[in-house]
Formats: sequence, C-alpha cells, structure tokens
Amino acid sequence: MWRDGVLVAGKDLRIELRSRVVLHQVVPVAVLMLVLFAFALGPATAPMVAAAPGLFWVAVLFTGVLAVQRSAALEGGDGGRDGLRLSGLDPAGVFLGKAAAVAVQLLVLEAVLSAGVVLFYGAHVRSPGALVVASVTGTAGLAAAGTLYGALAAGLRVRETLLPLLFLPVAAPVLVAGTKVWQSALGAAGAGSGDPWLRLLVVFAVVYLAVGVVIFGPLQEAP
Amino acid sequence: MASPPPAWSRRRAVIVHVLGAASVLAVAITVWLGLWVTPPDQHLRDEVRLVYVHPPIAWVALYLAFGLGALSSVLWLWTRTRSAAWDRLAAASMEVGTVFTALTLVTGSIWGRATWGVWWAWDARLTSTALLLVLQLGYLAVRRVPSDRDARARRSAVVALVAAVDVPIVHFSVDWWTTLHQGGTVTNPNLSPTIHGSMAWTLLLGFVAFTLLFAWLLVVRYRLVTLAEWREDTELAEALHERWAEGGPVAERRAAVPTATTATAAPGALAGARPAGPPAGS
Repeated sequence: MWRDGVLVAGKDLRIELRSRVVLHQVVPVAVLMLVLFAFALGPATAPMVAAAPGLFWVAVLFTGVLAVQRSAALEGGDGGRDGLRLSGLDPAGVFLGKAAAVAVQLLVLEAVLSAGVVLFYGAHVRSPGALVVASVTGTAGLAAAGTLYGALAAGLRVRETLLPLLFLPVAAPVLVAGTKVWQSALGAAGAGSGDPWLRLLVVFAVVYLAVGVVIFGPLQEAP
Repeated sequence: MASPPPAWSRRRAVIVHVLGAASVLAVAITVWLGLWVTPPDQHLRDEVRLVYVHPPIAWVALYLAFGLGALSSVLWLWTRTRSAAWDRLAAASMEVGTVFTALTLVTGSIWGRATWGVWWAWDARLTSTALLLVLQLGYLAVRRVPSDRDARARRSAVVALVAAVDVPIVHFSVDWWTTLHQGGTVTNPNLSPTIHGSMAWTLLLGFVAFTLLFAWLLVVRYRLVTLAEWREDTELAEALHERWAEGGPVAERRAAVPTATTATAAPGALAGARPAGPPAGS
C-alpha cells in the first residue's frame, strides 16, 4: 500500500512539475484572493490583520477545490482511471498517493499564502511552529477529503459544480479549527489556546484518511 | 410491451392509507392541543407553543431520517447486504429528511426571533444544522446526476457515509467554536422549562405525530423511487412504440421492405411487438 502510494504521489507530482498547472494557475488565484479580500476589507490594515487567519483558510479551501479538481482530472482523459485500476495498484495506496500529492501542492500554496498574509496584511507571527503544525494537519485532512470527493465526482459532467457543494461543507471543521489555531499563533486579541483545535485537526485528518483508505476501492469501481 | 408498473397489494395500500390518515390526524390534534388547549408559559408566553413542533421535527430530521439514510447507505455498501431496496430507502429517507431539516431551521429561526430577538444566531445547534442541510443537498445533487443506477447508488452511499462521519465532527467543532472562546454564548435558559400535564402530553403527541408523518412520507417516497426506476426502464421502449405507431418515414420504409436484413432484424423484431394497427403507408 505504502509503496503504491509513493508511486502514485510521484506520478502526480511529476505531472505537476512538468505541466506547472497548480504553480502557474492555482497559486496566482490564491494570491489574487488575498488581494480581493483586501479590497473587501481595506485599505485600513486593522480589520485585515484581525481577519487574516480566517481569510488564509478560506483561500486555502477554495484553492483546494481547484487543486483537487486538477488532481482528479489527471486521470480524466484517455481512460486514465481504467488504466490506474488495471495497473494492479492497491486502491488504498492510490488514494494515499493522490492525497499526498494534493497535500504537497497545497502546502506549497499555503507557504505562498502565509507570506502574502504577512506581507499584505502586516500580520505578526508569534509562534511559527503552531502555524506549521496546523497547516500540515489541516492540509492532510483537506487533501484526504478532497481526494475522496474528487474521485467521486470524476467523470461526471457536473463535476465542477458538484465538487464544491460536496467538499466545502465537509471541510468546514478545518476552516473553524485552522482559523482558531492561527488566531492563537498570530496572537490575536481574545484568542485562547489553540491546542484543542489542533487535536480536532488531527482527528479530522485521521478520520478522513481512514475513510478514504476503506472507501476508495469500492468507489473506483463506479463507472 | 412494457411491463405494468409495480403495484402495491391491496392490503399494503390500506395500511399506507391508514398510516397517512393517522399521521395527518395526529399532527392536527397536536396543532389543536398546542394552540388552544395548553396554557401559555410563564416566561415564554405563547412562544412556548413552538415546543410542540420544533423538537419533534428536529428529532425526525437529525436522528431518524439522517440515521436511517446513513444506515441504509452502509447496508448497500456492504456487499453481503447489498440490495437495491437499501438504495431506494436511503434516497427516500434523505429526501424526506432534507425537508424536515429545512423545517427545523425555519421553526428554529422563528423561535429564535421570538425569544432571542434575532432570526439567526451563530449558535452551535443552528450552525451545525445549517451545515447538515447543505450536506443533505449535496447528497440529493449526487442522486440527480444522470448515470448508471449502480454507480449512482455507490456514489450516493459514499456521500451519505462521509456526511454521517462528518456530522459529529461538525457538531463538536461548531460547539467549541461558539462556546470555547466566545463569552456570553447565546443560549436560552428557558429551552427546557419544567413542563407537566397537558404540555408534556402534547409534546409527546408531537413526537408521535411527526414520526408517523415521516414514516408515511417515507413509504410514499419509496414507492415513487420504485416507480421512477420502473419508468427509466420502460420509457425508451415506450417511446419507440409510440413513434412507430405514429407512422412516418421509418414505418413507411419498413413497410416497403418486407424481408428484414440482419442489420435491421432487431428493430424489426421490436416493431412486431407494437400495439395493434396497420403501419402507416401500407
């Protein structure tokens, strides 16, 4: 399972390195979102600093939809999904591999977004460790849930509109918990300890990784 | 010819009608008791009357309908118990459940307006119920995607299962979100007033009435799902029969060529099964 996961993750990341779709299209959209948020809240920096953690995670969620769509589209053409099924790879490994590739892309995206939050909104980072841990665990959960729904909506004519409807409400706990940890890490006024929220992010990631490992096989059988 | 639509047996039809009549009657009695017989509350005055409607609807929406939908989805996914009946039950339960979830939000909102003074508060229950409604709408959206029946059942079962897994996480996160870091959460201390006598009986009847109503709607919706599937199976054949019965170029050509070649054997065989009447142009 793990070996298959590494193979699939390597394949997806290699495709991304060669095509640069996420890097050249999704990352600029994420940065654009930060600018649009600033138009909505600015130009005074105080409301932007207060809203920065939430805006960061909203941007991650929406661009996550794009990353997941891209990941599912990799096997969309030329019978790619059938090829993957015929390859004899463990479906759980395929799921973990695809989720890992999405997670790596999202982490790159989050690094850019974090820099943007600090640069554009003037946020000060108090505890960078918490930020990194929250981003990694939150991203693992988002990538797992997203890959699951990406596979579910793959091949459907309505996939572009169906995926956000399915994925975003499920991802809401990540938005809530991620924002709380970030508020705490950025030292926002009134923010309590981020620890319980961090635990929630871990639970979310573990639950969705487990569900994906179990469900991905039967899901791939759907024509 | 197409097979006739699957029919209820006479006994089953009677049971369903009795169930329907009982649920409507029970709801009507609940309304009568709730509005006219029970006394107003000491604190909440007449607004307390929503207690006979809102909690029973919420019970049906959040536990009965969603639970049944998730359970039947799991039973469909599990290969040992897989049966088309579980898929239909999940579809019926989720759809009726969505209506009840929306009603929960509406009645809750009206109650919130009456007691808190606002239509909407970012209260844990309200927020997680709203997210549940979106999850259910997602389920219904997946069901409406035209595709192979087996694939649709698989997709929707997975969506129901993942939503069911998500509901506790959503509930906890939203609960913490509204209580952990935010002093003075909007809570209503009068939500559980000491009720007794006619109020308790009316509330109990409310639970029975809306559970009966759910059961009736579920049975009827299940039948509609069955009929819709039957329709899907037969409509192409029926459309072909109708087209041939109308006559037109295809029928004329068929009449002009008495011996069917191998390539046209299949349509020719179908044409033989069409309703009585000479083909046009013959």
